[in-house]
Amino acid sequence: MTEGEGVVETGRMRRPEPDAPRRYQDVPAIRATGLHKSYPDVDAVRGVDLTVEQGETFGLLGPNGAGKSTIIAMLCTLAVPTAGRIEVAGHDARTAPGRVRRSLGIVFQESTLDGELTAAENLRFHADLYALPRAGLAARIEAMLDLAGLAARRDHLVRTFSGGMRRRLEIARGLLHRPRVLFLDEPTIGLDPQARDRLWAHLREVRERETTTLFLTTHYLDEAERCDRVAIVDEGRIVARGAPAELKSALAADRIDLRTGDDVAAAAALRERFGIEAVAGPRGLRVQAENGASLVPRLCSGLDVPVHEVTVTRPSLDEVFLHHTGRHIRDEPGGGH
Amino acid sequence: MAGGAAPSTAYGCGLAAELRAARMVWQREMLHFLRDRIGTLVSLLQSLMSLFILGVGMGGLFAGSGVGSASDYLTFLFPGVLVLAAQPATVAVGASIVWDREDGFLREMLVAPVHRATLLIGRCLGGMTVATCQGLVILAGAGLLHIPYRPGIFGLLTAELALTSLTLTVLATTIAVFVRRPRTLTAVLGVLMAPLLFLSGTMFPISALPGWLSLLSRLDPLTYAVDAMRRTVGVDRLVHGRAMLTAPVTWGGLRPAPPVELAVVAAFTMIALVVAARRFSRLG
Repeated sequence: MTEGEGVVETGRMRRPEPDAPRRYQDVPAIRATGLHKSYPDVDAVRGVDLTVEQGETFGLLGPNGAGKSTIIAMLCTLAVPTAGRIEVAGHDARTAPGRVRRSLGIVFQESTLDGELTAAENLRFHADLYALPRAGLAARIEAMLDLAGLAARRDHLVRTFSGGMRRRLEIARGLLHRPRVLFLDEPTIGLDPQARDRLWAHLREVRERETTTLFLTTHYLDEAERCDRVAIVDEGRIVARGAPAELKSALAADRIDLRTGDDVAAAAALRERFGIEAVAGPRGLRVQAENGASLVPRLCSGLDVPVHEVTVTRPSLDEVFLHHTGRHIRDEPGGGH
Repeated sequence: MAGGAAPSTAYGCGLAAELRAARMVWQREMLHFLRDRIGTLVSLLQSLMSLFILGVGMGGLFAGSGVGSASDYLTFLFPGVLVLAAQPATVAVGASIVWDREDGFLREMLVAPVHRATLLIGRCLGGMTVATCQGLVILAGAGLLHIPYRPGIFGLLTAELALTSLTLTVLATTIAVFVRRPRTLTAVLGVLMAPLLFLSGTMFPISALPGWLSLLSRLDPLTYAVDAMRRTVGVDRLVHGRAMLTAPVTWGGLRPAPPVELAVVAAFTMIALVVAARRFSRLG
C-alpha cells in the first residue's frame, strides 16, 4: 500500500489532496518483475520485467502468440501469474486486485460494448460497475461522450455505430473512472487508414486532457513510433526495448513498388531527379523511401513514363523483429496494410 | 482534468458498491427485455398457444376418456402454463452469458472491481423479473379458468412464479458458465429443459408416470414448484373429476406441505447458484 492510497481508502472525499498526484509520481504506473505464465502445454510468458512510468505512452510489440495477450491479461488481473509480481500504481495485483482494477482502464482488441444499449447507457453501466460517486457523474459522462465526439449520438444504440465510433466510445469508457493506466490492445486493428489516423489524433487529445498513462500493443511500427517507449516481445520474452528512435535505427524504410510503361527510363529518371536508386524486379521497380505515401504524388508527376500501378508497403514489425531475432514473424494477421 | 465538477478518486466500496453493480446488471436485462418487443411478443404467443392448443387438445382427449371434463384439465394445466410462459425468458437470460462472451461484453464485467457472484446474482434476478412479467400476462387470464381473482391467491402465485423463474434462470446460468460455445449451450439446454418440464407434472399428473420415472420427477425441482402452485390455485376444489389430476406429490406416504415444497425449490436454487458463482469466479 502506498501513501496515496489513503485518498482512495477514505472513500467519501470529494477531491484528492492537492499533492496526491505528485506523490503518485514516485510510483511507476506499472511494475512487473519476473513474470512467468505456464499453461499445461505451453510456457506463454517466460520471465518478463516491465516498468512503465506515470504519464508515458508505452508500446508492446510482438507477433501473435508472442505472449502479449497473456501479459496484458496478467496486468489486468484476468490471469494469475505462475511466478512474478505485478504492481499497478503501487497496488499489488495479487493482494489488492480490486484496487488494481480500479487503477486500470481497458480497451480490448475486440469490442466489449453492449450493442443493445445506447452510448450513454454503456458509460452509465461502467460507472455503476466501478461505483463511481454519483456527484458529478452525469457531467463526467457528458465530458467523456464529448471527448469521444459522440455527444450527438449519446442516445443511439451502439449497434448502429461504426468501428471507429465504437473504439472511441470504448476509450471514453475506459477513461470514465480516471484510471492511472489505460490499456489499449491493438487499438487500431480492423479500422481503415482514415479511422486509424483519427483514432491516433484522438489518443493525442486523450493524453492532453486526461493525465493517464497509455499502455498499448500493436503490430505496426509507425504506431509504435508514437510511443515514448517500446518493448518487443517474442516467445514470452522481451527481446528489445527502448525509445522508438533507438529501435528505428534498425528499421527499414517504406517500400514502393512501381509498374511503369518503361522501367529502364523510369529507373534513370528516379536516379537523376530524386536521387533514389531503384531495383528492377520481375514485377517492376522497387524503391526504398522514408515516407513512401507522400513521395508517390511527386514520383508520379516527376516521371515522364506512364505509371500503371504504385504500391506502398509500410515498414512492418517484421523487419525490426527480423533484426532482433533473426527470424520473421510467423503469420502476422492482417499483414500488409 | 476533463469535464466540469470532477468526481475525483473517491469511490463507493463494500456492500453498497456490490448492490449498485448488481442493480445495474439487473437493469441491463430489463433494458434488453423492453427493447426486444418482438421477442417478448413471440414468447407470449408461444405460451398462449401452449395453453390453448395443448389445453384444448389434451383436455378433449381427457374428457373423451371419461375421467373428467375438459375444463378440469385446463384448470389443472394452468400453473404449468405459467411455468411454460416463464421458461423461454429464463433460458434466454441464462444463455446470454455465452452471448455476452461472444460479443465481448462479458470481459467488461469480468475486469470490473466487483465480485463475480454479484454479477451473476444481478443477472439471475433480471431473468427472474423478465420471466415473471411474461408469466403475469398469462396469470391475468386466470379468471377464464374459473380461478377466483383473490389478492391472496394472486400474490402467492406471483411469488411462486418468481421463485420458479429464478430457479430456471439459475439453472440455465449454471449450465451457461460451464459451456463456451453458444451452439453447444442451445443443444444442452434443449436436452435438459424438456425432461425438466415434462417430468415436473406441468402437462400431466406425475401419478401417470411409471415408478422409475416418477422417482426421477421427484428429483426435479419444478415438480415441487408446480405442485405448490397447483395447491395455491386450489385444484382440489376446482377439479371435480376423478382424483388423478389432484393426486399430490408424495415422498413415500408423506405429503410435503407447500412451504416445504418451496423450501426444496429455494434450496436447490441456492446450491445451483453457489456452483455457478464458483465456476464464474474462475473465468479469465
